[in-house]
Amino acid sequence: MIKHLRSAADLDAETATLILDTAAEMATLAGREVKKLPTLRGRTVVNLFYEDSTRTRISFEAAAKRLSADVINFSAKGSSVSKGESLKDTALTLQAMGADAVVIRHPASGAPHRLASWVDGSVVNAGDGTHEHPTQALLDAYTMRSRLGRLDGLRVAIVGDVLHSRVARSNVLLLSTLGAQVTLVGPPTLIPIDVAAGLSGDASRRGDRLVPGEAAGGPSAPAGSAGGDEPRAVSPAAIAGLSGDASRRGDRLVPGGVAGAAGGGPAVSYDLDSVLPDSDVVMMLRVQSERMQDSYFPSAREYSRRYGLDMRRLRRLPEHAIVMHPGPMNRGMEIAPEVADSPRSTIVEQVANGVSARMAVLYLLLGGK
Amino acid sequence: MAHPRADTPSKIILSGADLQRVVDRIAHQILEKTSGATDTVLLGIPTRGVPLARRLAARIHAFEGIDVPVGSLDITLYRDDLRRHATRALGKTEIPPGGIDGRRVILVDDVLFSGRTVRAALDALGDVGRPQCVQLAVLVDRGHRELPIRADYVGKNIPTALSESVRVALSEADGGVDEVRLNPTVEGGRDQ
Repeated sequence: MIKHLRSAADLDAETATLILDTAAEMATLAGREVKKLPTLRGRTVVNLFYEDSTRTRISFEAAAKRLSADVINFSAKGSSVSKGESLKDTALTLQAMGADAVVIRHPASGAPHRLASWVDGSVVNAGDGTHEHPTQALLDAYTMRSRLGRLDGLRVAIVGDVLHSRVARSNVLLLSTLGAQVTLVGPPTLIPIDVAAGLSGDASRRGDRLVPGEAAGGPSAPAGSAGGDEPRAVSPAAIAGLSGDASRRGDRLVPGGVAGAAGGGPAVSYDLDSVLPDSDVVMMLRVQSERMQDSYFPSAREYSRRYGLDMRRLRRLPEHAIVMHPGPMNRGMEIAPEVADSPRSTIVEQVANGVSARMAVLYLLLGGK
Repeated sequence: MAHPRADTPSKIILSGADLQRVVDRIAHQILEKTSGATDTVLLGIPTRGVPLARRLAARIHAFEGIDVPVGSLDITLYRDDLRRHATRALGKTEIPPGGIDGRRVILVDDVLFSGRTVRAALDALGDVGRPQCVQLAVLVDRGHRELPIRADYVGKNIPTALSESVRVALSEADGGVDEVRLNPTVEGGRDQ
């Protein structure tokens, strides 16, 4: 078994399948009277969050607690980080406390890679900048497999702001490893050119430029506060948690061209309507608020009209197809409220599956030796 | 798991026909001791306890026409030696639809050795529900208990040295023929 989970690229097909199988067993726990296992008794898991996050942090916390690990939650706000402590010094502090695993979310791409070189314990990437979010990809793959029975040959459309999406990046890596066919859909300005060429190279280099003082998460709205019933009720202030530097780094990912489908990599399309009839899964990405000021697309309304999933588009999907969203969603922007609440939406299921997938990861990283 | 080595002779303790007779006897004993196996659930401990539990249920059905619910109980996450080994893949836990609350649960495993697997199984069971009572059926008891645990139904007592290992092969789990072998050397340490 691997020691760290920094990138979905750390997982070969065998290991990824082992995690999904383990998650399936962990999921049976949810139906039990006692939802707790003694497996990680005496082990310490630190949640090191430099960016605001509700569901990911709670999900990791629930996963660790269900395995009986001790959980220490560390958020940058109200900690020594706000006094200027560097990531390295924080890492050495955690090291001295004897953390067996550190779950890190950081606005800088590559932070988990650096952290792994400073601590003895396992490092789990819970989202780094615009780079990766591997446990999200695992829970997504688990959700697809449990709904549709397989991953091999599955046609998955990932729709929206692929450029800035760590969810998309990790999903492309993991789903390709597991044999699914991914198509990236979005406006040309939001599809990175490196995607077709294999994704990871540029990102890891960017990680090296990690600046310890850079840890400043953007303001975050609580999940579900955006939108409501009005289709166009998208105020930038209501759209949650963005890393301040993401768009800057994102710019460098667009060398001015547009990617085509290269051999082995995901396919790319700018026309959602033409992709839908041939998709088993549609994964809608969240539109992040400052993108609307950064002129990646003319207006929120136009984005919604061309790339939003509404009931009309939902009907273009095959009968069995499912709709996914990593949350928090902007109802009425990338996804219509009726679609989000339809039986084909797996959005709530994804949250529950997140705990099972993260239990599997923590068990497989910490359970042995 | 220990495997026979090419250069050391291993001894067959139970052949396929012996093994079948032993399973028949345990099935009869369960029927006798539980007065007809009412309100009883058989839970096999993966890997080989599961096919054994199914065989017992099939024999009980053949003898008395009673359908005893069969399930499996994986104990990996309850082991006390997890940190001594590489991470283990999990087995399946499948509790029959009727559950185990208020019922007689008979745990089924292939070899009873240190008793640690059964200890873990009792812990796991406690998290699943509250049975009326728990019994233990094993194909082979090889001795060397490290915990105060005994089986209610024993297929065969095999006196062993600690250096030896007992290998149970079942066609459902191992492909080939049914048999129980005693190997003179332990490979990969104590595992039962």
